[in-house]
Amino acid sequence: MKKYASRIYLCLVFAILYIPILTLILFSFNKTESTANFVGFSFQWYIKLFSDQNAFLALRNTLILAVSSSLLSTVIGTAAAEGIYRMKSKWIKKAVSSVTNIPMMNPDIVTGVSFMLFFAAVVAILRIEDYDSIGFFAMLIAHTTFCLPYVILSVLPRINELGESLTEAALDLGCTPVQAFFKVKLPNIMPGVISGLVMAFTLSLDDFVISYFVSPSNFQTLPLLIYSMTKKTVKPDMYALSTIIIITVFTLLIISNIKSSKKTNTGKKKNGGRK
Amino acid sequence: MKKKRSVMHAIAAAPHIFWAILFIILPLIIVIFYAFTDDSGAFSFDNILSLGEYVPIFVLSLELSVIATFICLLIGYPLAYIMARAKPEHQKIFVMLLMLPMWTNLLIRTYSIMAILDDGGLLNTILGTSMHIVGTKGAVIFGMVYDFLPYMVLPIYTCVSKIDKHMWEAASDLGCNTFQVITKVIFPLSMSGVISGVTMVLVPSISTFYISQKLGGGTFELIGDTIERQFVTGAYNVGGAISLVMMILILISIGIMNRFSEEDEGGIIV
Repeated sequence: MKKYASRIYLCLVFAILYIPILTLILFSFNKTESTANFVGFSFQWYIKLFSDQNAFLALRNTLILAVSSSLLSTVIGTAAAEGIYRMKSKWIKKAVSSVTNIPMMNPDIVTGVSFMLFFAAVVAILRIEDYDSIGFFAMLIAHTTFCLPYVILSVLPRINELGESLTEAALDLGCTPVQAFFKVKLPNIMPGVISGLVMAFTLSLDDFVISYFVSPSNFQTLPLLIYSMTKKTVKPDMYALSTIIIITVFTLLIISNIKSSKKTNTGKKKNGGRK
Repeated sequence: MKKKRSVMHAIAAAPHIFWAILFIILPLIIVIFYAFTDDSGAFSFDNILSLGEYVPIFVLSLELSVIATFICLLIGYPLAYIMARAKPEHQKIFVMLLMLPMWTNLLIRTYSIMAILDDGGLLNTILGTSMHIVGTKGAVIFGMVYDFLPYMVLPIYTCVSKIDKHMWEAASDLGCNTFQVITKVIFPLSMSGVISGVTMVLVPSISTFYISQKLGGGTFELIGDTIERQFVTGAYNVGGAISLVMMILILISIGIMNRFSEEDEGGIIV
């Protein structure tokens, strides 16, 4: 009885979570413009979407921005994690990590607004004629900044866990500190670095609020495009775009899950073999 | 040798510290600057003093987001609990099912519920009714709950699934019934998950402007809408003052909640 009750509860909550997404996917195939009456099946909204230059441009911008900001934040963040781990003064350690966490704690809208004012000041002080000319760099800086805490948060525990002994061994065996870091430490903390990178990448892909306040007129990302599409009366081409995004995310999630479960399976097998 | 190492490590954190000062602290200082100056850049308290007229909006945002957070906790806690007690292979599937809506862009999710609840939307079409849902407080709360529920469930789930299974046995051996086990043992032990869930739902829902724009139907304004409107219309000073106050309130409440959860963990260790 109890088991059934909990199963029904699970199904109910997941149904409510998924019904809106599924109806959106369904209506992206609708024959008419209506998003309430399903008349018949057609691909016309996808065809319309693929002939839209803006959508491709936005996709390209989103990917360029996500790749560059996630790489940049991973490099700075990994180095920072190593540096924070080494800091001797507890006080400085605490100060640095609290400042780092500000963009994570702060509501997105405040972060976005602060960047908007900051870049307005930069434009005024450097006498830049056109905000668009630094627009991409403004977006890159904003995205890197809000990704940094997440990278540090996923790398720092790994470094703490690894401890000092391996690095010391490498130094005793004649590595320079730099070699010891790149040859010994980095490979050992790699899982944390990779998960930080992936996290930063998805956060950047998904961000709307901060981009909304920072974006220049010539650099539109997919979430911004969706926003501008939902400002007017929506036609199902926005549904088609969303469907493509949802299906891509779903596929990536499944692939990464299968990969990680395979890894743990083979890991178990290896351990079993050793026994 | 030692000296060399410490120099190199100072250099490792240097880019980040430089970055944080330039792109985290400086922008916030500029927000403070705007909050305390007028259009011409002269020092003034006018913006802060004018905040009085926004108090009702603040209160409304707080009201809606606290209700939404509470509903999320009410729905999310049992869900997390059931998930944590399911078979391990099922747990993985449930987590994935929760992650997918989380990774779907907020705009898409919000719009999809609006399309269903709208006056000429799917729900009314199917039922043949003409309910007016979009534009009510209920619709906005529903949107917040729908959008942020996974953020409540995941931290609680992580916390509950880490609790030692023997705790259940020990508690029931000592005479607790199932309800008592949950309220007296499991819930207190999962407090840190609850607190991070609450912050992860409360902060985005109190500051949202898209949900209230779409599901509020333009009938009322939340604090996020107010900030957005100020900045779109170029009233940077007032917008800066509102953002500053909101930021301070949120950081203080996060600080208080974190203190609670830290004390809790300390208690467990002792």
